[in-house]
Amino acid sequence: MLAARLVMDQGVHVEGINFFTGFCVEGHTHAIRKKDRKKQKRNNALWVAEQLGIKLHIVDVIEEYKQVLLNPVHGYGQHMNPCLDCKGFMVRKAYEWIQANGFDFIITGEVMGQRPMSQRRDTMPVVARESGAGDLLLRPLCAQHLPATLPEREGWVQREKLLDFHGRSRKPQMALAKQYGFSDYAQPAGGCCFLTDANYSAKLVDLWKARGERDYTFDDIILLKIGRHLRPSPGFKMIIAREEGESRFLAGYRYRYTSLDPQSHAGPLVLLDGNPAADDLQLAARITARYSQGRDAETVDIQVTDPQGTSRTLTVSPIPASEVLPEWHV
Amino acid sequence: MTAAHHQLDARHLLCPLPVIRTQDFVQTLQAGDILVVLCTDPGAINDIPAWSRINGHQVLETSEHDGEIRITIKVCSPDTGNPAE
Repeated sequence: MLAARLVMDQGVHVEGINFFTGFCVEGHTHAIRKKDRKKQKRNNALWVAEQLGIKLHIVDVIEEYKQVLLNPVHGYGQHMNPCLDCKGFMVRKAYEWIQANGFDFIITGEVMGQRPMSQRRDTMPVVARESGAGDLLLRPLCAQHLPATLPEREGWVQREKLLDFHGRSRKPQMALAKQYGFSDYAQPAGGCCFLTDANYSAKLVDLWKARGERDYTFDDIILLKIGRHLRPSPGFKMIIAREEGESRFLAGYRYRYTSLDPQSHAGPLVLLDGNPAADDLQLAARITARYSQGRDAETVDIQVTDPQGTSRTLTVSPIPASEVLPEWHV
Repeated sequence: MTAAHHQLDARHLLCPLPVIRTQDFVQTLQAGDILVVLCTDPGAINDIPAWSRINGHQVLETSEHDGEIRITIKVCSPDTGNPAE
């Protein structure tokens, strides 16, 4: 937002590009969980574009992003976050976009030293080089710390009006935002990508391990964001809705997964990922009963429906809490 | 010229996918065309109108019934922001 505004102030026509990898935090679970329903539901990129009065192009890169996540040349951060490869990929996509749409250069809001992987003095040139953008990549907020780019050398922007922000503190950005009259902006300090989240990353690794291959579908990565995940045996995983909104959402996947639905008592919809055997179904039904309102009842009726829509009812005793092993929780 | 009416089913997609589908569909339409987008993600009721505003398209109507959101957009010229006559 600040970088765009800074360059717009020099009379440059700016349009926004926002890439959707499938791992973006905003939107998804907010739309599903009741506790998040009161939160303002806005797409921050769209909101920023509207504040700036610029167009925004949202680009679906879900499929292409797989290679970034599965085979990062520069490795992962603390969790499954391939930040440096991710930044290079997005700048490369932006570079392709500007070539296809007649734009002259790319600007990003990066600040040297702000992030531990992709915004270091030694890695910022890597992003420019490996993306192919080279010196068409301008970082207006910290340009004074970097060699002059083509837009600066050609006088498309005045270098002396660009900034010298550096380091992890966001105070200079906040001061600039205040100067511009931006009182509302996306909360800083990362947190916009599920891959930086320890729990999410653990679920992703578990998925790969259970399937014996490092791959995923879009539905896989969405479902990792929903519900409580339990793996009582290597052969299957339970995705247990935590509330009505999640049950409704998971119901949309019943055609792909075996589902369990308590009938005699209120309870969550559960999906089974994997290849559960008959014994597994009994265990899954008992666990489902444990998470239903019938947890203290002698028996609970659980409807088990396969992806083809064939249903049967299992009458089971809820598994005692002590038998739900901590290591089952993914 | 009679405006063509189109419908996009973006139900069960989570944001920003309804916006992306709308954006991609609108690129195939002519100025003056009417597009009705059906969604279920509550975020879409803010996001699709926001996308329409910043790209110069006109939102004619939004409604919500039983968790289903219906947004009617009039496609405008990307340059002038005007629908075709």
